[in-house]
Amino acid sequence: MMRSRNAYVVAAAESGPRSPWAVALARLWRNGAALAGLGVLVAMGLLAALAPWVAPYDPLAMDLPNQLQPPGASHWLGTDLLGRDILSRLLYGGRATLVTALVAVSISVVFGVSLGLVAGFYGGIVDSCLMRFVDMLLAFPRILLALTVVALLGVGLGNVMLAVGIAGISGYARIVRGAVLSVREQPYVEAARLVGCGNRRILFRHVLPNVLAPVIVLATLDIAHALLSASSLSFLGLGAQPPTPEWGLMLNEGRAYLRVAPWVTTVPGLTIMLAVLSVNVFGDGLRDALDPRLQVG
Amino acid sequence: MLRYVQRRLLVAIPVVLGVATIVFALMHLLPGDPAEVMLAQSGGQAETIERLRQQLGLDLPLHVQYWRFLRNLVRGDLGESIWLRKPVSQILWEQLPSTVELAVAAMVLAIVGGVSLGLLAALKHNSWADRAVMVIASVGISMPVFWSSLLGIYLFAAQLRWLPATGQGDLRHLILPAAVLGYGTAGSVARLVRSSMLEVLGQEYITAARAKGLFWRVVVLRHALKNALIPVVTMLGLQFGGLLGGAVITETVFSRQGLGRTMVDAIIWKDFPLVQGGVILIAGMYVVVNLLVDVSYAFIDPRIRHEA
Repeated sequence: MMRSRNAYVVAAAESGPRSPWAVALARLWRNGAALAGLGVLVAMGLLAALAPWVAPYDPLAMDLPNQLQPPGASHWLGTDLLGRDILSRLLYGGRATLVTALVAVSISVVFGVSLGLVAGFYGGIVDSCLMRFVDMLLAFPRILLALTVVALLGVGLGNVMLAVGIAGISGYARIVRGAVLSVREQPYVEAARLVGCGNRRILFRHVLPNVLAPVIVLATLDIAHALLSASSLSFLGLGAQPPTPEWGLMLNEGRAYLRVAPWVTTVPGLTIMLAVLSVNVFGDGLRDALDPRLQVG
Repeated sequence: MLRYVQRRLLVAIPVVLGVATIVFALMHLLPGDPAEVMLAQSGGQAETIERLRQQLGLDLPLHVQYWRFLRNLVRGDLGESIWLRKPVSQILWEQLPSTVELAVAAMVLAIVGGVSLGLLAALKHNSWADRAVMVIASVGISMPVFWSSLLGIYLFAAQLRWLPATGQGDLRHLILPAAVLGYGTAGSVARLVRSSMLEVLGQEYITAARAKGLFWRVVVLRHALKNALIPVVTMLGLQFGGLLGGAVITETVFSRQGLGRTMVDAIIWKDFPLVQGGVILIAGMYVVVNLLVDVSYAFIDPRIRHEA
């Protein structure tokens, strides 16, 4: 039995006092654009995960007689210089590109949140030292910091994950510290301390859940950043290496044949743009849902 | 006013020092010996690696290296490029004008395009023009620079033949790279100007200005836009970093000279002194631009001027 979206919203509204998360979810549910963005992302993720089953060809199999074929019946999105099927490479490439972005954002979140929690909660000299460090990191344009880390660790997708991840740490540290500073003074934290909770328990059970909303929003929007940075680095030849299918690298490989075979670059270009656009739209919706005061545009 | 500028200048000094320290720390604390990494491609012998270590001063204790690094930095000595066999500062100095030219042109296009589009969207709120501007802006924000560069080349150079595809020299060579680089920033500016204008246009002083019988154009340009631009200026400072980063890609795609392209080459050639110098210079420029943004508040927002 299907219930309409509105029926869920009404049911949710009638069920009495709700948690802030339920309110946010109901708000998100009413945001058509955000849901569409989420839908595209889920579809992309599923297609990438199921690439071995849904890809029509082996993404690495060369077929020189069929090089640079335009999109058609046998190759829906055409072939590249080596006759490889672009659709199959796109599906497999999604694994590399999306996983790189997700891992990079996870690295930023784990380190950034930990830094912010410790700095905000302990205050004093710990706070001063950690936050000065974070300020310095903020003084670098992100892609430049990522480039520097890749320069040191060497080229490769794994290093790109780490590089993009490190470049994103400062944003989380800043917002978590700010949030912790205000949460720390709340009566419930004092109450937890009075009943004998240790620092670690207070931090993870009481403080962390209350600073989570801005982190979730930032992390979502950051996936767009990470997608762009990681594919840029691969485009520059510093990330994924041939013949690995990866969206940025695919674009780079098609560069030389732009005039004769524009589809080789158009397909991965459009895909990256669609992924980033979906993340942005969903992230904006999530931000509006979790904190309506921040609503912009 | 002067005190405010002085205070901001004083704050910038430790930040620049910190930037240099982080670059130093990254170069020395991350796993991997720069000398070994640099010579790995050419299959360097232990002896050669040791000589390079000595040449780069990597055999000295860390604090001595740090002190030497800072001392040389203050003198403007960034070491010698291993790849080009020239002083790093000389290479960077040669490449700097091209990148500044590109970044400034991109910024100008982004401001002009972004502010006009944002203004149009706000004034025609909820119309088709508003929606069209929002789509153009969202696409700009989501488009990877390397793809918009290729699309620009395909469309304006290969198909329409209006502009040259690559190279540099006159203004015609600058338009395409600056436009694709500035497009993303223009999108962000348009969105921010739109939301900021919508907020300002709802304020009582706008109603008062209209009630006074002022022309709508005067109200919009003199009363509303001026106030709506304050958050935009902050964002421009932050976006400048993105433009400098984006220049790395634009310069590569359009085969332009510049800091970005030199950096990518230096990374591929494992030329650590050049990477180190380039990062410090670009980050330093970013700090200076944000400092200028802070100072410009004093001109735009009289409240800040009076507080100082």
